[in-house]
Parts: sequence; structure tokens; C-alpha cells
Amino acid sequence: MAKVLVKGNEAIAQAAINAGCHCYFGYPITPQSEIGEYMGKHMPELGRVFITAESELASINMLIGAGTTGTKAMTSSSSCGIALMQEALSAMCCAEVPGVIVSVMRGGPGLGNIAPAQGDYFQALKGGGNGDYKIIVLSPSTVQEAIDLTYRAFHLALKYRNPVMLLADGVLGQMMEPAEFGEYPYKDPDVTQWALDGANNRPARNIVSLHMPEGEMEMLTNRIFKKYEEVAKNETTYEDYLLSDAKLVLTAFGSVARVAKAAVKRARDNGMKVGLFRPVTLFPFPDKDLHDTAQKADMILDLELNKGQMLLDVRSAVFGACPVEFYGRPAGRLLTPDMIYNKITELYSKLENTQKTEAGVR
Amino acid sequence: MNGDMSVIISGFGGQGALFAGILLCHAAVVEGKHTTWFPAYGAEMRGGAVNCSVNISDSDVPSPIIDEADAVIALNDASQEKFEHKVKSGGFMIINSSLSHLKTKRTDINYIKIPLNELAQKLTQPAFVNVIALGAFLEKTKILKIESVKEVMKEMAKTVSAKKAALLPNNLESIDFGANLIRQQMVTA
Amino acid sequence: METLVYKRPESLLKDGHFTFCPGCGHGVVLRIIAELLDEFNLQKDTIAISSVGCSIFLEKFFNLDVAGASHGRSPCVATGVKRCKPDKFVFTYQGDGDAATIGFNETIHTACRGEHITTIMINNTNFGMTGGQASATTLVGQVTTTTPAGRKAELTGYPLHAAEIISKCDGTAYAARVAITSTKNIMQAKKAIKKAFEAQINGLGYGFVEVLAACPTNWHMTPVESVEHIDKVIETVHPLGVFKDITEQENK
Repeated sequence: MAKVLVKGNEAIAQAAINAGCHCYFGYPITPQSEIGEYMGKHMPELGRVFITAESELASINMLIGAGTTGTKAMTSSSSCGIALMQEALSAMCCAEVPGVIVSVMRGGPGLGNIAPAQGDYFQALKGGGNGDYKIIVLSPSTVQEAIDLTYRAFHLALKYRNPVMLLADGVLGQMMEPAEFGEYPYKDPDVTQWALDGANNRPARNIVSLHMPEGEMEMLTNRIFKKYEEVAKNETTYEDYLLSDAKLVLTAFGSVARVAKAAVKRARDNGMKVGLFRPVTLFPFPDKDLHDTAQKADMILDLELNKGQMLLDVRSAVFGACPVEFYGRPAGRLLTPDMIYNKITELYSKLENTQKTEAGVR
Repeated sequence: MNGDMSVIISGFGGQGALFAGILLCHAAVVEGKHTTWFPAYGAEMRGGAVNCSVNISDSDVPSPIIDEADAVIALNDASQEKFEHKVKSGGFMIINSSLSHLKTKRTDINYIKIPLNELAQKLTQPAFVNVIALGAFLEKTKILKIESVKEVMKEMAKTVSAKKAALLPNNLESIDFGANLIRQQMVTA
Repeated sequence: METLVYKRPESLLKDGHFTFCPGCGHGVVLRIIAELLDEFNLQKDTIAISSVGCSIFLEKFFNLDVAGASHGRSPCVATGVKRCKPDKFVFTYQGDGDAATIGFNETIHTACRGEHITTIMINNTNFGMTGGQASATTLVGQVTTTTPAGRKAELTGYPLHAAEIISKCDGTAYAARVAITSTKNIMQAKKAIKKAFEAQINGLGYGFVEVLAACPTNWHMTPVESVEHIDKVIETVHPLGVFKDITEQENK
């Protein structure tokens, strides 16, 4: 198929359709409303389900209903809307209900603004929901990757019976670039062993999230955490951009990573050994790979459109292997290639001066 | 930076700044180039400030966000004020002199002042200031062929409502008119 | 020759035992639902949606597929299930704290969308499971653990009349309030729930039955006093009746 010019939000919607998404439940919120609009046009045409729910609470719980029947379904929202879904995300992990959630981040906290931001890394990864649980979080940085990761999100949701979040930001949601819609590349697992469709010629089943008997929740939690270990083993993905000889390694996710790439290119043109480590899966976080990278580097510079959220995972992965610096902007303000490049040159010259001093002492 | 071009198109909602950028991107795809379009706007559906950043390149475009643009198209005075400092040294700025009487501040860039709204009155109505400006921009930069944009317009006319499709001749007239302004040096450049 | 006059419904689990307090209304209503599912031959084609409160443990009683829902959200879960499995029978079983208090927005919108599902709402005018706090349907003057001096209208307003409000939604096919305080009332209740089920089976829209039920433990009454309390006091505030029934029009 040829490349077409497509907006990030619409690419996600079309990819969901291609992935076999049978139901879309949503509630409008900028900057992701195009997803609902696109689905509102195309899902009924395809004889599939589209509901504008009364709230994000309703849409995510409709998603649960669809998920308990083993049906591929999706909801999408942005920051404050995703906040309303946290209870259900926790319940989905507990009851092992599959589902795809698209989060297109805007400025926060509060109603914030409608400009692109990355302030919901914690919301997605550290959960606002109760209890021990993890959702699989995928972070696209190009429109093409938004398509590919939407496909993957549907597959992983069924494969692991867990909610999967596509964590995009307003830049990716609103921008257009050429991309290609390949075919859905995955073979999804059989759901008939667990999905609800009436107790016909088999014992009744239930998919619930309350487990009162002593010890039952402990067993369940241990079991789902074993599953998360499998997820980490099988699904961890990151992009290595010019890392092999990098002294200064940038870490960034989503749209910031591509802006950082522009700065890295320029830094390389000017003889600086800079690379970019971009996690594609945020859970599972590529902590071992980042640690190995950090051991060969002199410094990590973490870049985010927030006050330092992925930073905690970066530091935890690096675990002292080298210093970690942070540069970010919160609340819907963007980092530009120049700003990142200037930060690179500042830190890089510091690194070189330190090395010169150290050499002098020796 | 061979064949690379970054442009910011800015105006108030309803002037078609975003759409001009979309036309440009589609035309870039027609010519097999890499491109990105990134919009920014306020909460209002009409009348608020809007702009889009467009990159066109022979190679991959990492950042959709532009620090300094090769060109800025300012469809009103607020846009001139906001983006004049964003033009790269040696770049140029198209200013809609119908809606901006601000003094220009820089000596290291070129200004092309076009009274877009007045000129649009001379064409078959409705005529489009955004498309006239786009025609002028393309003729000035030669980054893409005018024909590619026309091809995009024709393709789009097939998928939109009949009411919108009926405006295809007006759009084609507007883009030619804009290109002619530069070709025949009818505006100060 | 012997005639079997009592049979355990197939829709109830063979080894399931109701764990409700003495005099509680839940057991009666669950039994009615199970009987009706058997009568409609729906046991193998039903997905029940549980809620939060004393209504939660459906999977411990019903021989049915059960999906759980967070507090107030069972109509949404039911919507998702029904839209994916339109040929299955889907009902929610909720209390007044769930359907009429935290989840009333969901209940109303499900009714307005005319979802082909059925909601059975047990109204015992308090949050039973958490120990008897005031809910949206609590009567003015009613003593609960959060209104120890009785619900005061000037502080917490007035009871919400769920069945009446739901009857006003265009997507509602059937809305009624029933009680289970006598054999006659129980038969009426079964008839109402049957109608609400038929509304779904015949694709007419949303069915909603509010059942006034006793909560002797939290009302601090004996089971007998509780039943009298429903008939003499609660029904004056939450009157019994069929507030909407398009199944009749359809039959004509």
C-alpha cells in the first residue's frame, strides 16, 4: 500500500478498524476528538459498534463489557478523561479483561490546557487506580508507529488479557505525516476458553474483581505479576539511535524523542558523540537495556514534556551507572530542536571539561 | 538542506491557514517527499489565532516543531507580530498587507507584502486568501510544483461535499493568481 | 402418584446458598429471576452483570455467566456485553446505592439509549453492605448511620424516585416499582420482572424494575416489622406501580 498523508488521531482510529476493533466507546475531549469522529463515521458503516458514552466512566466500563466477551474494543481520551478511567483500569487488571485505551496527553494538572504534553506518564505507568497492577503502555513517536503500535495494542490485550494503553501526546495526535497502513500482522489467541457467552454445555464462568476469601487476592496478585514478568520478557522494545559510541545519551519517549532526534543529528554533524535511547514500551520499561547503555555512557539526559516523570524509571534503570540530568517543560509547552541542542552542547562541553580535568590530575 | 523547506502559516481561524498547510503536505506526498504538518490553535472554533508548521524534505523529518522557519506566511497583523522573529536569517515572510499595517522590524529577511483581501475581490467569488498566498509561496520557493497542489485540489474535490467541490475552479484560479503575482513581479519582493 | 411442586431452578447453582441476613429481600428476587430465566429457557444464553453492594455475589448463587462491575457501572458493562452479543440475554442486578446513587447517570443514559438490557434494582433505602448509610432513596426522617437524627430534607434533600424517572426516558420499554411483602406482591413482582425481560427478548428497549425490599438488619427491625414498614411507610414515598409499559401497546 502506498503512503498516505494522515493525522495521528485518524491513523490510530483507522488502525483500530484494521485490527478488527468491533466496538468503540468514547467521550469527546481535545486533543483526541478526531478519533471519536472518525469512528462515528466509519464504525456504523462497517456494522460495528460506536457509542458516545455519557462520560469516560461509562466508556471504559462499556469497554469492560466488550472485553469480558473476548471482543476487540477500544476507548480513547485525554488527560482528565483518562483520570476518570483509573478505577476501571485497576478492575480490568484484576479481572483480566482485555481492552485498548488510547491516551492523547494534553497540558495538566486540572483541566490544564489543550496543548501537547507528557504529564500523564505517571497516570499511565504508576496508576491512579487502586492496588498492585500494571497496564501495558506503548509509546509511538511517529504517525507510522502509531499505526503499528495500535495493531500491537490489540494483540497484546488479548494475548495477556490485560488493558493496553497507547500513550500518545497532542503533537502526535494532531500532526499529519505520510504513513502506510499495512495489514494487521498478528494471529490473535482463542478467547473461547474464558470469554463470557452464556453457560452453554459448560460450567458457568465469571469475570469479577472482588475476591473476599482469605488469601485469594494474594494468589491472584502473585499470578498476574508472574504474567507481567512474561510481558517484560517477551515484549520490551526500545529504539537505539546512534548509541554504540555515545558519550551523552538522551532518553525520551513519544513526540519529544523525534524532536530530540533532530538535535542529535545536528550534534553528530558537529562532532559530538550523542545518541538517543527511546523506550517504545513504557511498561515493560527497557530497564536492563538502558542500564547497559548507561554503563558505556558518560551521562544521560532525560527529556520530557513534564517536570520529570519517566525520569524516575530512567534513574532506577541507570542505578548510578552514570549521572542523569533532566530537561523538561511542563503544562503544554514544547521542547524545540534548538532548545535540546543547546542543552546538549552545554552538557557535552561540561563532560569534556571534566575529562580534561581528570586527565590533568592523573 | 537541499530540497528542505520549513514554513509557518498563520492567521485567524476561518482564513484557511491550516488548510493551506494541508494542501502543501499533500502536494509533498504527491512528489514523493517527506513532510510533516503540525497545527496550533486556541479554544475557539472561529476567529482565534491558528497556525501550522510544515516541513518538506527529501529525507526523514524528525521534528515537526520548527524553531526558525525558512518562510512565514502571515495572513493578519497578529501573525506578523508573533512570527516575524521566527524567520531564519535570509528567509522571507509573506504579509497580508490588507490586514496588517505593522512596520517590519528586520533587515536580514525579505518581505513580500500582498494586499490579499483586496486582490481576492478581483477574482471569481469566493476567492481564497490562503490559496493566493500559497501560490505566491510556491512560485517564490519552487519547493513543489503548482501542478502538484492542483492535482491535490482535484483529488480532494472528489471526496468532499458537492458544495465544496463546486469551489474547485475558484481554488485553481486563486493559486494561479498567487503564483502570477510573483512571476510578473506584481508585488514587492 | 407424586407431583413435583418445588424444583430448584436450573439457573441457580446446585450448591449455592444465599448468604443474606434473615428477612432480607435479595433471596426472593434472585429466586424470581432464576425461575423466569428457566421459564424463558435462557439459562444457557444469559450473561448477568453484578454490581457493588449486597447485590454483588451473583456468581455464588446463579448458574450463569457473570461479569462484575465497579460501583454504579453495571449498565455500562451490560451495554458493552449486549452490543457484542446481541443474541444473549443480559441483565444487571443492582441496589439503590448502586443504580440510583453512584450510578444513576449511567442508569438514565442506558435507558435513554434504549439498550436492550434489563435492570433489577433492589431498593432497601440504604447502603446495606457497608452498614446502613443513607442513600439517594432514603426517606426523609429515616434513621441511618449517616443520618442518626433522621434524614433532614433541608440538609440532604429528598429521596430519588428511580422507576418514575426512568419511565420518562424514551428508550425505556418498561418501568415499574414492586414489593415482595406478600405472596400476592411477590406474584406481581414476578409478573413485572417477566415483562421487563420480555421487553428485552422482543427487542423493545430498556426494562427497569425497582423492587422494594426489606433490610431488617440495618433498619433495626424484625423481618415482620420490616415488611409492615415497607407496606405502611415506604410505599407512601415510593409508590408501587407500572410507570411505563410499551409491551402492552406492542401486544395490541
